[in-house]
Amino acid sequence: MRGPRILVFSTINISDPGIDLAGASHMEYPASVEVIPLPCSSGIRPSWIIHALKRGFDGVFIAADGGDCAYHPDCTTLTGKVVERAQEMMREEGIDPGRLKMAAICSVCAEAFVSHMKKFSRYLEKAGGRE
Amino acid sequence: MEGKVGVFICHCGGNISDYVDVEKVKEAISGLPGVVVSTTTMFACSDAAQQEIIDSIEDEGLDGIVVASCSPKLHLHTFRGVAARAGLNPYRYVHVNIREQCSWAHRKDRDAATEKAVALIRAGVARALRSESLERFRVETRPSVLVVGAGISGLRSALALSEMGLSVTIVEREEEPGGFFRKVRNAYPGGLDGREVVDSLLSEVAARENITLFTGAQVVEKKGTVGDFQVKIRVSDGSTVTLLVGAVLLATGFEPYEPAPGEFGFGHPRVVRLPEFLELLDGGRGMSLLKDGDTVAFIYCVGSRGTKGCEEARPGDYCSRYCCGAAVHTACRLAEVFPGVSQYHLFRDMRTYGKLEALYEEASREGAVFLRFPGDSPPAVVPDGERLLVRSKDTLLGGEEVEIAADLVVLVTGMVPRENSGLVEVFKVPVGRDGFFNEVHPKLRPVETVIDGVFIVGAGQGPKTAQEAVASALAGSAKCASLLLKGYVELEPFVAEVDRDLCEWCGECEKVCPYGAIRQVHCEGKEVAEIVPALCKGGGSCVPACPKGAIDLAGFRDSQIRAMIDALAGGGA
Repeated sequence: MRGPRILVFSTINISDPGIDLAGASHMEYPASVEVIPLPCSSGIRPSWIIHALKRGFDGVFIAADGGDCAYHPDCTTLTGKVVERAQEMMREEGIDPGRLKMAAICSVCAEAFVSHMKKFSRYLEKAGGRE
Repeated sequence: MEGKVGVFICHCGGNISDYVDVEKVKEAISGLPGVVVSTTTMFACSDAAQQEIIDSIEDEGLDGIVVASCSPKLHLHTFRGVAARAGLNPYRYVHVNIREQCSWAHRKDRDAATEKAVALIRAGVARALRSESLERFRVETRPSVLVVGAGISGLRSALALSEMGLSVTIVEREEEPGGFFRKVRNAYPGGLDGREVVDSLLSEVAARENITLFTGAQVVEKKGTVGDFQVKIRVSDGSTVTLLVGAVLLATGFEPYEPAPGEFGFGHPRVVRLPEFLELLDGGRGMSLLKDGDTVAFIYCVGSRGTKGCEEARPGDYCSRYCCGAAVHTACRLAEVFPGVSQYHLFRDMRTYGKLEALYEEASREGAVFLRFPGDSPPAVVPDGERLLVRSKDTLLGGEEVEIAADLVVLVTGMVPRENSGLVEVFKVPVGRDGFFNEVHPKLRPVETVIDGVFIVGAGQGPKTAQEAVASALAGSAKCASLLLKGYVELEPFVAEVDRDLCEWCGECEKVCPYGAIRQVHCEGKEVAEIVPALCKGGGSCVPACPKGAIDLAGFRDSQIRAMIDALAGGGA
């Protein structure tokens, strides 16, 4: 695998189509980015994030629904709580909380997604690999 | 994990295989525990390939399949159908996207793309091995619709639904039906009189036996789910009526932005909003506020695009879409009624799209002067005796300050959603930051909401012209009818489940569920949470909310996601 490994949690109706659009527009981003789609970003268990980081991912990115969420008007707040709790757990485990990032990715946010992936990759490269 | 999984890797005619070594992927996957078939195919979606998958399921006795191909948006339902035709539960099928999210995104590094495809499919196999048979819920539907709002959108929807054989109840909050359009005397194009349009729709509604119209009525309660809603309405005499309907169409419309006191001089007798100015203009030359020789200043984007006329103003961030066209249309009419009046139009950007551009040109020809102000520095309106001084920067003159002594200032106000908090509370339809109802997807599902069976049409969804509102009303009616005329609906089975052994009712899950799908019940000596499957939308926010980890989402269980992470990370499936 080339470059830092990033696990992306996307959402089936909103951010996954945005990530699809990046590929469909032939925008390149590191192949070490892998995606698991879920219904809504507010449904991510913090323990999945810790699990991924312990199993060898260098970073986790939450491609959140943001204001476009069809399930929850307060999706950003709810997802923010997931991030907060996950980062607390990361601190307890001695993991740099910067290895978890969240941004709203909408169904046409292809460029934003690619730029986030490149930026996050650079950050993780600098931060160094996890053992 | 026990189980027999078949994996079908699609070339997509080269879209995948040009960038991913699919043969190598096939080899890597064939060695995984549980994988009994690993094969490549030129087009997995072709009839012949679908038949091969069906044969494989039957011959090998597969209990799970993975197709690695394009985005699930294209063929998830195709392959669920393949599974079903082979007698396999459709939810034992896992879709892996190795085109949009692999081959197309990593075209320059074949080895890396191949390695990623293997990892993604490994995760798909892990999920398939842990997949379970799920049944969609089948709900019988009632052939009747509740339409909320009797403006042009609601009335036109009701007639369309009635024509398709559905019975319709229209509930209008105001005493008089017709909405905003009823007040329009001269609509572009064609100079239509809104009252005449509304009256003709109303007489048609009255003639239909399968349409009932309640005015001065409000929705107070909704129970049930798609296909079978029980909706309580309070009618004008104070009594309540319960309606049994299969679907609901919200056509609640908009109202003009109400400027804050003092915003662009609002409150001064010679500062009026565009709708009021139009009423004055409809009265012809008898208008007391205006005579030939006077000067009128129009200020655009009032209440729209974050244009703040004063500190207390609460404009929307969005463009209200109809106002530029309405203002230049008004300019043409003003020039006709008062040829001796000078008009100045202070705008931010002229958004006269489509045929409205012709009106803009006509207004310019008729002598209307257009001045462009910067968005971050809107004009100021200062009373000066009988008149009003309008000061503005004109970016078309390099930002030069201009001052217009006006006899009348017209505020070109945008659209804001009606006060619908009661309705939102009843139907749980999400509203966006702008306060308008949110659709599931602006392009792919523009009239549907996350609440199955509740549709949104017209300007209640966002600013629209009358023409656009009716187009959306007819789209919503067609979606409504396609749902109800089949006689039943099937719902996705991704609902939350509570492990009663782990649950020690704390209420955290109930707090985050906006659908009222979680309730407290007494079970085997303790209080626990219970999910009502028909109300659960499967968003899953209750999953991390539970401090005991007692909630799982079917189809996205903790065990499945962890196994997928392990598989992606390089472990076995």
